[in-house]
Amino acid sequence: MTSPTPLHFHVPEPASRPGGKPDFSGVSIPKAGSVRRPPVDVLPEEIRDLAYSIIRVLNHEGRAIGPWVPDLSQDELVAGLRHMMTLRTFDARMQMAQRQGKTSFYMQHTGEEAVSCAFRIALGPDDMNFPTYRQAGLLIAHDYPLVDMMCQIYSNEHDPLKGRQLPVMYSSKKHGFFSISGNLATQFVQAVGWAMASAIKRNHRIAAAWIGDGSTAESDFHAALVFASTYKAPVVLNVVNNQWAISTFQGIARGGSGTFAARGLGFGIPALRVDGNDYLATYAVAKWAIERARLNLGPTLIEYVTYRAGAHSTSDDPSAYRPKHESEEWPLGDPVIRLKQHLIAAGAWSEERHKQTEAEILATVIAAQKEAEAFGTLHSGGKPSARDIFEDVYAELPPHLRRQRQQIGV
Amino acid sequence: MPSYRRICVGSASRSEFDAMPRMTMIEAIRSALDVSMARNDDVVVYGEDVGFFGGVFRCTQGLQQKYGVSRCFDAPISECGIVGTAIGMAAYGLRPCVELQFADYMYPAYDQIVSEAARLRYRSAGDFTCPLVIRMPTGGGIFGGQTHSQSPEALFTHVAGLKTVVPSNPYDAKGLLIAAIEDPDPVIFLEPKRLYNGPFDGHHDRPVTAWAKHELSEVPEGHYTTPLGKAVTRRAGEAVTILAYGTMVHVALAAVEETGVDAEVIDLRTLLPLDLETIAASVAKTGRCIVLHEATLTSGFGAELTALVQEHCFYHLEAPVMRVTGWDTPYPHAQEWDYFPGPSRLGQALRDIVETR
Repeated sequence: MTSPTPLHFHVPEPASRPGGKPDFSGVSIPKAGSVRRPPVDVLPEEIRDLAYSIIRVLNHEGRAIGPWVPDLSQDELVAGLRHMMTLRTFDARMQMAQRQGKTSFYMQHTGEEAVSCAFRIALGPDDMNFPTYRQAGLLIAHDYPLVDMMCQIYSNEHDPLKGRQLPVMYSSKKHGFFSISGNLATQFVQAVGWAMASAIKRNHRIAAAWIGDGSTAESDFHAALVFASTYKAPVVLNVVNNQWAISTFQGIARGGSGTFAARGLGFGIPALRVDGNDYLATYAVAKWAIERARLNLGPTLIEYVTYRAGAHSTSDDPSAYRPKHESEEWPLGDPVIRLKQHLIAAGAWSEERHKQTEAEILATVIAAQKEAEAFGTLHSGGKPSARDIFEDVYAELPPHLRRQRQQIGV
Repeated sequence: MPSYRRICVGSASRSEFDAMPRMTMIEAIRSALDVSMARNDDVVVYGEDVGFFGGVFRCTQGLQQKYGVSRCFDAPISECGIVGTAIGMAAYGLRPCVELQFADYMYPAYDQIVSEAARLRYRSAGDFTCPLVIRMPTGGGIFGGQTHSQSPEALFTHVAGLKTVVPSNPYDAKGLLIAAIEDPDPVIFLEPKRLYNGPFDGHHDRPVTAWAKHELSEVPEGHYTTPLGKAVTRRAGEAVTILAYGTMVHVALAAVEETGVDAEVIDLRTLLPLDLETIAASVAKTGRCIVLHEATLTSGFGAELTALVQEHCFYHLEAPVMRVTGWDTPYPHAQEWDYFPGPSRLGQALRDIVETR
């Protein structure tokens, strides 16, 4: 058979580019409360439609409606709001610190605070996250000391990682936060292995894997889904779709599959898609998947639909590849404002209390920053020893590293 | 059959040796896994075809039946997934010992090995560790062509944070594998597949010999370790030092016997950490050194050995250090024996180096 026209090479393009008008008409958004909540032991084939919808709880008036309204008290919600506000303030201060030359690099969470903050509250104390670089809410919502985070960012003498890691690549086993690699996707499959180990040992602990929309294209993601599916590993597979992988829009990684959640369907893994800027929905969906894992029902894939309102990192300028005001047009709004409005509508919060809390959090973060800076910043003050270069490569220093350490004179 | 100097390292008692069973390398590896799994519930074994069937080389035969499917199981054909999940298990606190079916298949796992397993302790300042063993059959000599014959050891020794082990006989294979499983850091365990069923001196046209006739096939049934980072002198000599590991140890001994050159043959056993002390003492004594490996020449582990000998023994050297290795080509199929650095190539090098004044 002869084709009537030559072949055509297809490269997807985002809806708009710099100079154009932001266009999210392609993002179909169901009404809050409209998506059903199946029991956790539902068969994956019975909820295939949920991989193409968006579970939402908060409506435009800030009211929580529908079957996914979580069992969270007003105090717990206020705590959640404080976590998100703390993360946002922390980001602002560290972004500024980077611009002031106090560290080499920083990555903000702006617009995505609900995802990691809500997930941490849904998770148990002994569970383990395998995070990417944009889930510091997992630490903040688990009361990890801000000073220690900052010391890591400054690579100073009090840095828990001894100056070895790029800023924001935290690690804390005690806080259920696996060491961040900095390579993309590699840890997604490790989370599955950790969960398999927990099942092998007949424990009750579960794992949470984290990945961004762009890096789902890595083979590690697909290996993780195969292993999670085959061994019914007690793991929650989190895909944070913030629309942009540096300058590459999510369509380049997603291809023709419609949604990232739908990637789970071929593996027989239940897949949910949730409004990632809705703290209540995010918490409720996380809780559902965590319960499923805990009950030995296997993995769940969750796609958090959110938007990276800031730059990818301090080395990035989004105005070069997307419309300047795109983030303002994002139809799922801002997670902090939405939870704030919900609490105000519920009579549990007010503009004054919000302002007071903002000031209080800023004071706390600044105090932490002063304390951290007393231990040094990247280019001034106390720093880790050159001796620390050679420690922890192995449990015991082998002869060749001993010789090299002698050469450097430490 | 060349004569081997008996060097017992480890904790096996004399009485155990008196009634010791004979094992092939496969049986010795299986015994190491068995002993380790029996001693420690945290040891888990998996890989492609490893569970019910017991592995394509049979190294894990019977382990699933003995320890159950949660301790020994089949994995999907995904080296990235096998090693990636094993890293997660090791971080959890297990002692995974996974098999990659051939070293040639390890490339999809390389990112996990290099960027993750090797660096986890370092980047987390000891908060998380990775006590993991990755076993893989290596080397040629079985007409495996370019995808079943490679010797990628230099790709591991080049990576900070890994240990790399290559046994040359059943006794060491068991002791080194148990030591690797008990080691707190990730260990790459390369098993020369041509040695699985018998010692091989490179004379492919001669009848195959069985391990049963070899001294180092006497393997204690119980637990013992052969320490990582310790080389062993297989043959003492005065004229030249041959540095070898894996299959090449047997090639070296054959070439020495055939040429009559009084060479000292050192079996490195562990490439990293390397037993530089034993190497340097030998070369200081002989003044000559040949580095022998099956892997390609350029940037091979022999380059590192050559540089170290030069750095540490320069004033003892009476001839340039020579390298006898595989050619810088993919491993060919039909021309396998033209590629393989066998006893005649080494023999020529031995004659050349002792004549160098």
